[in-house]
Amino acid sequence: MCGIVGLLIKDPEQRSKLGPWLTPMLVEMGARGPESAGLAVFDAAASGGERQYSLHAPAWEYDWSAFARACEARTGGTVTLRSLGNHAVIRADLAPAELKQWLRAEYPALHLLSAGAAIDVYKDIGHPSRVADRYRFRELAGSHAVGHTRMATESAVTPDRAHPFTAGEDFCLVHNGTISNPFMVRRKLEHAGIEFQTDNDSEAACRFIEWRLREGDDLEGALARSLEELDGFYTFLIGTGDRLALLRDAFACKPAIAAETDTYVAVSSEFRALAHLPGIEKAKLFEPMPGEIYTWSV
Amino acid sequence: MERVGRQEKHVFDVAQTGVRALNSYLHGSLAEGTSIEVLNPGGAHSIAVGARATVQIDVRGHAGYYVAGMNQRAAVTVHGNVGWGVAENMMSGSVRVTGFASEAAGATAHGGLLVIEGDASLRCGISLKGADIVVGGSVGSFSAFMAQKGRILICGDAGDALGDSLYEAVIYVRGRIKSLGADAQEEPMGPADLSAVRELLAAAAMSGDPSSFKRVASKRSLYHWNAEAGQEY
Repeated sequence: MCGIVGLLIKDPEQRSKLGPWLTPMLVEMGARGPESAGLAVFDAAASGGERQYSLHAPAWEYDWSAFARACEARTGGTVTLRSLGNHAVIRADLAPAELKQWLRAEYPALHLLSAGAAIDVYKDIGHPSRVADRYRFRELAGSHAVGHTRMATESAVTPDRAHPFTAGEDFCLVHNGTISNPFMVRRKLEHAGIEFQTDNDSEAACRFIEWRLREGDDLEGALARSLEELDGFYTFLIGTGDRLALLRDAFACKPAIAAETDTYVAVSSEFRALAHLPGIEKAKLFEPMPGEIYTWSV
Repeated sequence: MERVGRQEKHVFDVAQTGVRALNSYLHGSLAEGTSIEVLNPGGAHSIAVGARATVQIDVRGHAGYYVAGMNQRAAVTVHGNVGWGVAENMMSGSVRVTGFASEAAGATAHGGLLVIEGDASLRCGISLKGADIVVGGSVGSFSAFMAQKGRILICGDAGDALGDSLYEAVIYVRGRIKSLGADAQEEPMGPADLSAVRELLAAAAMSGDPSSFKRVASKRSLYHWNAEAGQEY
């Protein structure tokens, strides 16, 4: 199965509600994916447009201060650090390629979760309710977020194979379903110099769409192309710096429902994950149609 | 429990009691005509599944997957939308949805009447085995796939591959059919079809001109293996 959830807060005054409203959605979808969970939260206002990196360490206790000092020594500039257990967000004057190279050489155990001026990603194994508590999802604020609860089919249950998958900057994807041709897609992308971090099929979808965006497609164009190139069953939910997008394959074997009010747009695998939202009784509820591209802007 | 006139009215707030308490109650021996009200369904799965007495069940709000599945005799109304598989494998009785229904509405239903006032999503009436389904709105792709027996009345449009691999179920469509599935064909409406449509509209308490519907049924060309077909259907 797997569950997907997404929430975009339209009213800037309500952005502190992102975590409180989204977390019960994610926890409710724990029934569809009890093994691992993840969340990408976008908050461009908090970062002030500066690039930040989210990192995951293999053990809960990790000396992030020492890591930040090493990063400062490397860049010669100030590094800001925010950490919670095995998760950290750093802001440093370091391009993504440089950071990746440095991590590979000096900190191979650290996993780079995301890069960008708005995105922060959390993902780990365990029941979604425990992952949400572990990283205090209820305290998160921002303009929009994309979450996932996983029941693995295509690859092992490890933190790096949990969703969301990220590629490039301020881009993430969560997936409910199975891609049938991930290796074909992957071979094509590897020829274009794109590196993969896992053997997971959803990563191929994530990297394919982000590659199309870098090649000049707009979001709608990239998603239209993924309908042609990606074979299999999918409901995708995609987050960018300022947008949320949803796509279901033509056979629509994987569910989705959306609710829209003046305050928010909420998307989930099932209505029961939306039932607690304020004003849901008056929301415009609809099932996204197969093969149609849906996008919402901040 | 409260008494309304001579009849008993039972109220289940499933947010408090859970769905299992409701269903256990429905599986007990209930007086004919008992009225049951289900509050705060919150999209929970399997609400009012396996009811088997002549009772009235009103679900106030949106229900999740399989609501009123395996229904026998009961008249269930969901005042809201429903998830996948509403009234799946229904045997008799009736189920009405005032909003829209998600995928596989009425899957494998053997008998009874399913009415969806809004749209039904993909695979409505998949493998239908004898029930009647009336959809006030449109249905999604692959509806009536391998439907064996029963009738589906669609007041709006139908998506792709309507009636693919159809057996003996009959489909009536008022709107546009995006495409027919393998072995499904449009056929002329006869007097029996006009009265069937009239009967279904009346049963669903909907209005409409029976002559505005098209009949879709099986070509029956897939009933026997044809080695000459070269895998072209």
